[in-house]
Amino acid sequence: MATYDWLFSTLGLKEWCGQNKDSGPLSMADLLAKSKGQDAEPQSLWDLPFPSMDALNESCDAFPQSRDLTKGLEQGFLEVKDSLSLVLDPLTQPLSWFLDGSLYVMLNTPWWIVIPVMLAVVFLVSKSWKLVAFVAFSIGLLAFIDYYEYAMQTLAIIFVCAFLCVLLGVPIGIAMARNDWLQRSTIPVLDMLQTLPPFVYLIPLIFLFSVTESKLYGIAIILYAIVPVVRLTDLGIRLVDKEVIEAADAFGMTPRQKLFKVQIPLALPNIMAGVNQTIMMSLAMVVIASLVSAPGLGVLVLRGIRNLELGVGLVSGLGIVLLAVILDRVTKASLARVNSAQKQ
Amino acid sequence: MAKNVKIAIRNLYKIFGPEPDAALEHVKQGASKAGLQDEHGHVLGLKDINVDVHEGEVTVIMGLSGSGKSTLIRHLNRLIEPTTGEILFDGEDVLALGEDGLRALRRQKMSMVFQKFALLPHKTVLENAGMSWEISGQGREAYEEEARKWLARVGLEGSEEQYPHQLSGGMQQRVGIARALVSNSPVMLMDEAFSALDPLIRSDMQDLLLELQGELHKTIVFITHDLDEALKLADHLVILKDGEVVQQGDPQSILLQPNDPYIVDFISDINRARVLRVRSVMEPVKDGESFAGDVLETDNLETVLAKSGGDVSQVFRVVRNGQPVGRLAMTELTKALVPTAGSEARVS
Ligand SMILES: Nc1ncnc2c1ncn2[C@@H]1O[C@H](COP(=O)(O)OP(=O)(O)OP(=O)(O)O)[C@@H](O)[C@H]1O
Ligand SMILES: [Mg+2]
Repeated sequence: MATYDWLFSTLGLKEWCGQNKDSGPLSMADLLAKSKGQDAEPQSLWDLPFPSMDALNESCDAFPQSRDLTKGLEQGFLEVKDSLSLVLDPLTQPLSWFLDGSLYVMLNTPWWIVIPVMLAVVFLVSKSWKLVAFVAFSIGLLAFIDYYEYAMQTLAIIFVCAFLCVLLGVPIGIAMARNDWLQRSTIPVLDMLQTLPPFVYLIPLIFLFSVTESKLYGIAIILYAIVPVVRLTDLGIRLVDKEVIEAADAFGMTPRQKLFKVQIPLALPNIMAGVNQTIMMSLAMVVIASLVSAPGLGVLVLRGIRNLELGVGLVSGLGIVLLAVILDRVTKASLARVNSAQKQ
Repeated sequence: MAKNVKIAIRNLYKIFGPEPDAALEHVKQGASKAGLQDEHGHVLGLKDINVDVHEGEVTVIMGLSGSGKSTLIRHLNRLIEPTTGEILFDGEDVLALGEDGLRALRRQKMSMVFQKFALLPHKTVLENAGMSWEISGQGREAYEEEARKWLARVGLEGSEEQYPHQLSGGMQQRVGIARALVSNSPVMLMDEAFSALDPLIRSDMQDLLLELQGELHKTIVFITHDLDEALKLADHLVILKDGEVVQQGDPQSILLQPNDPYIVDFISDINRARVLRVRSVMEPVKDGESFAGDVLETDNLETVLAKSGGDVSQVFRVVRNGQPVGRLAMTELTKALVPTAGSEARVS
């Protein structure tokens, strides 16, 4: 009848195959196949189908089809979902508070306080008047074209998420640097987080959390952006000069002293490079996360796509570029300051 | 001059690899370093080391690259754990120390100077010098005076607030030495401390170390692969080869009676006249002899040669603190200058 009939008969599984002959609804593909008539029996070797789940199912009804796999995955996820949310919900609740709080503060503080405070921070970390002037000009421009509110929303989200990334990522990186086993088991996870298309994060998260809650996009951003700071903390600590570590041991430092007085300070340039990348990746993700109700410039981009409002899309896109340049320059300037305080 | 044994190393073995204890059996049954590596995949670091480090002396450990010098010195403060053996510090078993005891030993009893300086790049020179105090939980106020004193002593006055990368290599190593001195530990371990410096600076640093040693009488374990440096600094010389001690003792006697072709190779191209001292070749005084002049027991043979003007018939009187202690005939001196057969001579 079908190509792989012989396989099941030689394995003596004919009976098991026939068990639920009439079970399961027919898919469209099945119907089509049926209607084409299966008398094209003497197939040439040229047409031999790969023994895939669907091809095997044709010979044996008890064998699962590939759509059963995706179905099963979904079913499984839905089953653990409730217990999972029971744990994850309270655990991640503070994230919602942080995000909502930061958004509230950014938007309800008058602009003539927010902008000077921001400029002061820029000066503090970069010690460069040129950069302050550039930031003032960019923010002024965004505000002038009435994009101030959107830009501030985007920034508020990035600040919270990047801060949490550093708060979680640096200790994870340190732990990885101190434990080879942990490093070996964490790196595949980091690789996966970094290569999964960003949209894919959103799907299970939508099932787990309600779309009205801000932690939904918060988690998506953090998962995506935490990778570089973890990696570079691990790398930075492992790269600390072996002889300096030896000196620390030879003079009787405790492991704790070694970590805080030697390893972290010497790894700081690498950690800062990680923070820079983390911030840039948060910005990339906050735009995508507007699909799941993250406010900010991404919403405007989305509007541009949905309603074909070319102007809105382009201007908000440029606004994002402007924010990206600001964030990059400021973090790079502080990185340069850390670097110059150390070797060369 | 029977001095206290400060650190005693007894039957120390170190084998690198996954199963050192199994490999140790092979070594005890006579496996060589190369054999152990090829047949059992383990690296023989040290083999049956017995060395006494005397209080107030400079013990120099010399050997070619890979002979196990760094491995040996790191056993003294247990930066490396031995496979088997004993290390006694003031008679106390270092290997029996717990974590706290070991830290106390490293903080108070031993300090270390490194080949590549190993300073903290984000701390000033002063803070680097005060590192040992800082580690014991004392602030800058506590160590500042002491640190400034030693920095000035090693010639770094005025650089206290600079960062290590602003200093030259020689100056950085002065910070390294000051750091060890500020800790006030009686023992200083120096792993190729001057090897990264260029020859002139290196010679300056050796002089500085000898000068400091003249005042402080620390117990110093100094590692080098340079024979000139070893002979200049050593009170006691230990020569390592492939993880084994091939000869140890007073450097002069090693020079006069090398017991291994390896050492002969080492000393074959040295300026013997400059290194050998009168006391190593002098003889007992004979009665009623007339002398061409007086030489000091600690003079090197070059000085005596200059004094004799090349006349090999002369005989000098050797004095210590003005008292005659022996005689030195130029014929004996000339014999001592005959080089020990080098490796080429042996082959042919
Ligand atoms: N952690 C280790 N694992 C395996 N082998 C090691 C290890 N440390 C040292 N060795 C080996 O032990 C031997 C002695 O090394 P060591 O560093 O003590 O030599 P060294 O005399 O200090 O040489 P150098 O002059 O190059 O510093 C070498 O053969 C080296 O390969
Ligand atoms: Mg070495």
